[in-house]
Amino acid sequence: MNFSRSMVLVSSDPESVRRGADEIYALFEKEIAARDMEGEISISRLTDTGRPDAAPIVVIYPEAVVYGPVNAENVKEIVEEHLYKGRVAEHLLAPTRELSGRIGWLKTRKGTLPAEKRIVLRRAGRIDPENIEEYIAEDGYQALAKALTGMKATEVIDVLKESGLQGRGGAGFPTGLKWSFVAGTQSEKKYVVCNADESEPGTFKDRVILEGDPLAIIEAMTIAGYAVGADEGFVYVRGEYKLAQNRLENAVKQAREYGLLGKNIMDTAFSFDIHIHSGAGAYICGEETALLESIEGKRGEPRSRPPYPTTEGLWGKPTLVNNVETLANVPPILLNGGQWYRQFGTPSSPGTKVYTILGNVNFTGLIEVPMGITLREVVNIYGQGMKDGATFKLAQTGGSSGSVIPASLQDTPMDFESFRKAGVSLGSGALLICDENTCVVDLALVLQKFFKFESCGKCTPCRVGTGRIHEILTGIVEGRGTLKDMENLDYLVDSLTRISNCGLGQTASVPINDVLKYFRPELEAHIKLGVCPCGVCPMSAPVKEPAAVA
Amino acid sequence: MTLIEKYPQEVKQILARYPQDQKRSAVMPLLYLAQRENGFVHRRDMKDIGAMLDITETDVASLVGFYSLYHDEPAGRLRIQVCTDLSCALRGADDFLAALCESLGVEPGGTTPDGLVTVEPVMCLAACDKAPLFQVQTGAGLEYHERMTIEKTLEWIESRKEAAS
Ligand SMILES: Cc1cc2nc3c(=O)[nH]c(=O)nc-3n(C[C@H](O)[C@H](O)[C@H](O)COP(=O)(O)O)c2cc1C
Ligand code: SF4
Ligand code: FES
Repeated sequence: MNFSRSMVLVSSDPESVRRGADEIYALFEKEIAARDMEGEISISRLTDTGRPDAAPIVVIYPEAVVYGPVNAENVKEIVEEHLYKGRVAEHLLAPTRELSGRIGWLKTRKGTLPAEKRIVLRRAGRIDPENIEEYIAEDGYQALAKALTGMKATEVIDVLKESGLQGRGGAGFPTGLKWSFVAGTQSEKKYVVCNADESEPGTFKDRVILEGDPLAIIEAMTIAGYAVGADEGFVYVRGEYKLAQNRLENAVKQAREYGLLGKNIMDTAFSFDIHIHSGAGAYICGEETALLESIEGKRGEPRSRPPYPTTEGLWGKPTLVNNVETLANVPPILLNGGQWYRQFGTPSSPGTKVYTILGNVNFTGLIEVPMGITLREVVNIYGQGMKDGATFKLAQTGGSSGSVIPASLQDTPMDFESFRKAGVSLGSGALLICDENTCVVDLALVLQKFFKFESCGKCTPCRVGTGRIHEILTGIVEGRGTLKDMENLDYLVDSLTRISNCGLGQTASVPINDVLKYFRPELEAHIKLGVCPCGVCPMSAPVKEPAAVA
Repeated sequence: MTLIEKYPQEVKQILARYPQDQKRSAVMPLLYLAQRENGFVHRRDMKDIGAMLDITETDVASLVGFYSLYHDEPAGRLRIQVCTDLSCALRGADDFLAALCESLGVEPGGTTPDGLVTVEPVMCLAACDKAPLFQVQTGAGLEYHERMTIEKTLEWIESRKEAAS
């Protein structure tokens, strides 16, 4: 990549492509060439900007001017005015009211989100995800080179341990430790598996990483292969993520062409190759043992443990399973050192975390921030306040299996340890922010619908329990609740947590448990008074009649 | 025509990805291949896949049943999948689904009499900040339609009808 005076980025998410982004990209190339400016202006693709209203979007740096929606006729004018004469084409600018954005980076540049720290997402949206040369130009493959040419496998693992990186797939297990388990198991054959099955409702952080910087995952898996002694890897991608799959396939192909996958990588004795395996719409396959069953061509039903995958994983061989975001942290840590990583976040949970912010706030989208910021900060700084000046009521973290966080925990630092101490969980990185008009019973019902649908049915407490809770909640929402229901809920929650076979059943009780714990009066109001205090539930009780005007 | 006759290259590539003694691992990608043309897996292909991988046809059928992205019967040419999961539900996805079904005169999960449109509720599609939204599986892949209204959706269905006729 040459040093250029300006940089033109054309959005390339599916919506933009549908609206002609490829043609616009080609027109920019043509118009820039027509003015002999190829040497000064680089052009590349931008991943999803979260602005479907203004797609396709064109961003021009260094001014950080955002144009959109851009059509073929506008291209000539933008090139002429902006790139040639240096004047912003005001009337083509993207409307500014809409703040939603998956890539909050567009706004970061203007200094509005000062504390954002991008490690995992530092390339997403800035490089062409389909071009390995751009990846390499932005320090891609330097970490692998450092490992292969100057470090022993154990040294790689030591750096990870020193960094304190914890798994971002939900459980927060120390990554260095997991790697050392696999490395320490003797076997001719081992595997590295990337868990890209992201299906927690409300979570799409892994998708943005995969679509925006697929080679980071390929590089990280290769490093992992070297560190644990594996020569083959699989990426298990959620079936619905077709664009991510295509970009990964393309990344693997290019890495092979450049000798960065395959035999004798970088002319060393180390060989490694990666395959992409598409899931097919089963949430439970995100659980690591179900995921391995699925790659083996079976129904994705969780295995009983032990043995853990680190000793007996894919086809019975020792297997390292890591989440996408976890892996994306590996190359920068290796490159900059474990101590460097510890500058960010909290002592017990170093580094950053990618969150998807959703719900009743003014800014919804994706942020990457240091571990340990609080919900209040998320809502007020990144979410830019509650919508319509409403009051914060609760946040639902980590998709379905996350916790319901009441306003009283708004100032608890969001890191694994502080949350664990407070009895809640950080989950997978979704933050659904709800205001005073949200009914907790309604919320719990929607969550329960998910669990009922996704329970794989292998064990009874989960299969029956999720269905029963759903039934009881439906009754309450429709005004048929009884006090006996409360008791039954308590009982069901307890049995789910204690005797389910896998994490799905164990966590299926979390949201309803939190509701019982923090919002009992609201639940009781539904049952005893026959009213939904927020006016959300249909409640067939007579009190509701007058309010039924549409 | 068997799968291997139809897509010899691809079948070979898929089989090569998995260890020789673990052939059944190829079943998921092969099912995708079988489904590519018509949007559902034919009995014949299940049998064919089973024979290729030394597993029973029942085994294959049970996988088709387990994974929600495989279908064993044809749906409308446009399979509209509306997310009704948590974030979307809180943004009115349920109402959107109900209204859409009503306008088209189908039950959720049903297909219009002309066989053109199927509407079904699905779980999170990972575009939660853009509700109401749906995805459509087309020959070229998945299309997302975000921040939709009933009017926009019906208009779009019309345009597809015209394109198809
Ligand atoms: C029901 C269930 C669903 C899960 N879904 C995912 C998922 O979509 N993505 C993921 O990375 N981990 C998921 N996990 C966690 C994995 O089992 C596993 O802990 C994780 O992939 C380990 O990676 P990490 O150490 O990098 O976090 C899920 C766990 C359970 C119980
Ligand atoms: S807890 Fe639920 S999802 Fe997990 S194995 Fe049992 S039935 Fe399946
Ligand atoms: S909840 Fe609907 S797309 Fe995520």
